[in-house]
Amino acid sequence: MKKFFLSILAILLVVVGLVAGKAVFDNSRKDEVTGEKVLNFYNWGDYIDPDLLTKFTKETGYKVNYQTFDSNEAMYTKIKQGGTNYDLTVPSDYMVDKMAQEGLLAPLDKSKITGMNNIDSRFLNQTFDPHNKYSVPYFWGTLGILYNKKKVSADQIDTWAKLWSPQFKKQIMLVDSARDILGMTLISQGKSVNDQNVADLAAAKGKLDTLMPNVKAIVADELKIYMAQGEASIGVTYSGEAAQAMSQNSDLAYLVPKDGSNEWFDNLVIPKNAKHKEAAYALINFLNKPENAKQNAEYVGYATANKGAYALLPADEKSDPAFYPSAATLDRLQVYQTFNQEWTQRYNDAFLEFKISRPS
Amino acid sequence: MALSFKKQKQGFTSAYMGIYGLWLLAFVVLPLLLLLVESLQDQNHHFTLANYQAFFTSGSYLAMTFNSIWYAFLITVITLVFAYPTAYFLTTLKNKQFWLLLVILPTWINLLLKTYAFIGLLGQGGLVNSTLTAVGLHPMQLLFTDWSFLLVAAYVELPFMILPIFNALSDIDPLLTAASRDLGANSWQTLKKVIWPLSMPGVKAGIQAVFIPSLSLFMITRLIGGNRVITLGTAIEEHFLVTQNWAFGSTIGVILIVAMVITMLLTQDKQKGGRS
Repeated sequence: MKKFFLSILAILLVVVGLVAGKAVFDNSRKDEVTGEKVLNFYNWGDYIDPDLLTKFTKETGYKVNYQTFDSNEAMYTKIKQGGTNYDLTVPSDYMVDKMAQEGLLAPLDKSKITGMNNIDSRFLNQTFDPHNKYSVPYFWGTLGILYNKKKVSADQIDTWAKLWSPQFKKQIMLVDSARDILGMTLISQGKSVNDQNVADLAAAKGKLDTLMPNVKAIVADELKIYMAQGEASIGVTYSGEAAQAMSQNSDLAYLVPKDGSNEWFDNLVIPKNAKHKEAAYALINFLNKPENAKQNAEYVGYATANKGAYALLPADEKSDPAFYPSAATLDRLQVYQTFNQEWTQRYNDAFLEFKISRPS
Repeated sequence: MALSFKKQKQGFTSAYMGIYGLWLLAFVVLPLLLLLVESLQDQNHHFTLANYQAFFTSGSYLAMTFNSIWYAFLITVITLVFAYPTAYFLTTLKNKQFWLLLVILPTWINLLLKTYAFIGLLGQGGLVNSTLTAVGLHPMQLLFTDWSFLLVAAYVELPFMILPIFNALSDIDPLLTAASRDLGANSWQTLKKVIWPLSMPGVKAGIQAVFIPSLSLFMITRLIGGNRVITLGTAIEEHFLVTQNWAFGSTIGVILIVAMVITMLLTQDKQKGGRS
């Protein structure tokens, strides 16, 4: 019994020691973080060139405290719960709209922003943020088809409808996202990705069910790993994810089907409770500079919204239709509009039913 | 409280009980109540039973419930089949504690890491398929099948089945088996009439420890099952994160809790008036 109490005591001592150590460590860090010249940057993982952050600190004196999230919803939930003091974060289009509607964002003071003329006007004044009251475009991309050139040729999959071909039995991986997968089905039927018509959704669901024999798996981020390993020959995913898979496996290629697709934008925004807004503006202006945006685009692998940076890119990257699609394709890209809770639910329920239906 | 300080020992006991009671209240009872209240609301926070009605009239949610129970059942059976002989074998070894440590060791490793390791093993170019190719067989589709899902889930849950059975088997007085032999029972009869009944508490504890968490597995269903296996855990995750319909997510949560309570009741040890 005595031995038992001794070991409990020893464990308690270790815990107390660890807690004290953590407090000391946190304090020493806090000096960095709460000092005047600091920027708390809440971004997707690996979504900025770290060298740029070093350069930014050198140029402006602001130390960057970089924290990451892995989905719009996770970021939204954390900021909405409060208690955070992020100065800059990076929501996608529909999430900018949602956060603005709920008063989570600070309106941008345009007089403090420079370099907006470098941003391609195509990305400005979008429906999710009219007149860019809250957001500055960062990167953009598409939903498309990542495929293995050894097994599939581009003309076999240049429209969404071709995915339904029986020759692709058990060869397709889908990204686990209701909006994207129902969206591509709606496009294949000539409908809008923002369709809010019960009959259209039911028809899309019916068509999607017939895709199941071709579906190998419905996965999330790990889709790029599986594709790089050659687990499947076709993957429906986002351009940036595709770029990462392609950098690991040279047999892979990416295309945006002719009949159109979804186009998404990630944007820099300043949350309402930001404490270092000057620092946030400084980083926005820093990233708006073409040479910085170009370096960032080359590191991250997504398409830049900065036309000055685009002009600086090497010719083969600029002309890659997978990442900078032709004007004809661009015309057919659609941006998601924010759904209310009811429609989010309808899409998700339909997708859930699709996932449950298993071919025998 | 003031009264209880008259007798010091009694005072200590009630102080402990008080702290424990507060703990239970704050971290068990209140969250459960919140979950229940949340599940009884509609989007505008009005009282309603609609969530439950929707759940029990929806073919897909019923199918998912059935799936969850079915797969949890299979996982439990598989782990039991492997765990019982393993646990028995462990009790006969010399350095029991060391071998037991090896069994427990995998539980120290993060679940996601273990799952990713299986991706490497079961993939098209993975270890299993390259071995198959090397011995002249065709590579097989291993990932995204029921079998791979069951394999990984059972692997993850196995230690939680072995431990309680091992403990129950170790508690059996060796004299009892000796007596059984003495009285003319063969090995099979000893196992069936003496060891198995005496190890029942461990088996039941193991079933609880495996079946209940298996009902709400969700990461493995996506990573290894490729969402071809859908359980209620997947649906809860989706309702809390994607559709933000916390009320319905809570409803599924409450239904899962009820299912777990039923499991507990069914596997309860009645002879001794409840071991818990």
